[in-house]
Amino acid sequence: MTNSTTSDLGLGAVFWITLKRDLLLAFRRRNDLVSPLVFFLMVATLFPLGVSPEPKFLSEVAAGVVWVAALLSTLLSMDGLFRTDFDDGSLEQMLLSPQPLALLVVAKICAHWMISGLPLTIMSPLLAVMLFLPDGAMGALVVTLLIGTPTLSLIGAIGAGLTVGLRKGGVLITLLVLPLYIPVLIFGTGAVQAAASGLPINGYLAILGAILALGVVLAPIAVAAALRISVSN
Amino acid sequence: MAKSWKMPKWFYQLGSPRWFYDISSRLLPWFAVAAVLLLVLGAAWGLAFAPPDYQQGNSFRIIYIHVPAAVLAQSCYMLMAVAGAISLIWKMKVADMVAKSCAPIGATIAILALATGAIWGKPTWGAWWVWDARLTSMLILLFLYIGVYTLHSAIDNEVNAGQAGAVLSLVGLVNIPIIKYSVEWWNTLHQPATFTITEKPKMVPEMWVPLLVMVIGFYCFFAVALMLRTRTEILQREKRSSWVQQLVEGK
Repeated sequence: MTNSTTSDLGLGAVFWITLKRDLLLAFRRRNDLVSPLVFFLMVATLFPLGVSPEPKFLSEVAAGVVWVAALLSTLLSMDGLFRTDFDDGSLEQMLLSPQPLALLVVAKICAHWMISGLPLTIMSPLLAVMLFLPDGAMGALVVTLLIGTPTLSLIGAIGAGLTVGLRKGGVLITLLVLPLYIPVLIFGTGAVQAAASGLPINGYLAILGAILALGVVLAPIAVAAALRISVSN
Repeated sequence: MAKSWKMPKWFYQLGSPRWFYDISSRLLPWFAVAAVLLLVLGAAWGLAFAPPDYQQGNSFRIIYIHVPAAVLAQSCYMLMAVAGAISLIWKMKVADMVAKSCAPIGATIAILALATGAIWGKPTWGAWWVWDARLTSMLILLFLYIGVYTLHSAIDNEVNAGQAGAVLSLVGLVNIPIIKYSVEWWNTLHQPATFTITEKPKMVPEMWVPLLVMVIGFYCFFAVALMLRTRTEILQREKRSSWVQQLVEGK
């Protein structure tokens, strides 16, 4: 491929190519795809076993348990976001490419969300039923996860970008990213609990949406900067 | 072409480790004396002479440690993020070293604020810890400090460690407005902020003047601690330059 043909690619085309490449790579390693979901299920199973199987108690904590499990499961898959690209050198090629790195990062995060956050959201009603979440709150849980999990992927990517060059990135990434996840967790569970007690949740959804909007705009720039630092290491 | 706009000369001088080392050795005694005087004065005044609170009695006196620590823990994070941004944009060595020195100091002060808050909470609320918005935000601030510090120590290359820490602290800066607005968002146990610059304090002057003295004293102490750490950092990183070698050899 000559240089002129690569720079002729429009921004949209680059986005689609990166997205398709990452999805293809993910589907070639199906085990890695399934393990965060199984982890999600197992963490949620630990709570009735560890605390109490009482339906009344479980229905109170269900929103929190599902959200915390989703958060940890996203975090678990985060470390792999740039790791393989860094190891085989394709990350350096992305940095050298004439297209903006932030755009490639958005495409990669988008692909990551489609294989982690989206399946989690689809699976969440199953966990909600197992944990006796009130029926009225089911919709709120799915909607908040749908808005919240992309934010988790965006914020997590910053941690992944900062630690990709390090040997023990996996533990460090949790230390860096978990504090930043807390606002999303608070508003996500707040919305579900409000819905369970029959209150309107529009305000919570608006704040979650605002955080997502802020994340979509700012996080890719931070991730791009982080990747440039990590690769120059 | 965009118009070229020059930063003033002193701004660049600030970036030279040697210049910073010289100026800080002249400033250091002044800040150290001011810190000792203000802290002793403020502590004696606040702990012994200020009138007791009509509701909380003498237990409120811990405010003279708690509030300055909490204020300082937040502004230290601001300084760390701003210094990090300066080092990212203008590639200034000193800004990078200041940002690095902020993390452990800030973490210590955040722990002090949390500990004094817990001690104050026991007689007032009847519990060491409550999951109140402001306490939680301070805890998150501590986590952010720990994250920046750990990231610094995990990366071997000093320059990359500084840049990575700067990016992380800028991202964490999002947390500061959340701390500020958490009181209004969740509106729980904690009393609203004691000090605001724009409004007249609701406390009587006999109570808030010593508090102000303590806050300024804490800032002076912070300046001393920061300068000492940054100077050590300068000596370590610039150990190959001739002026440091001359300094260490003594003449």
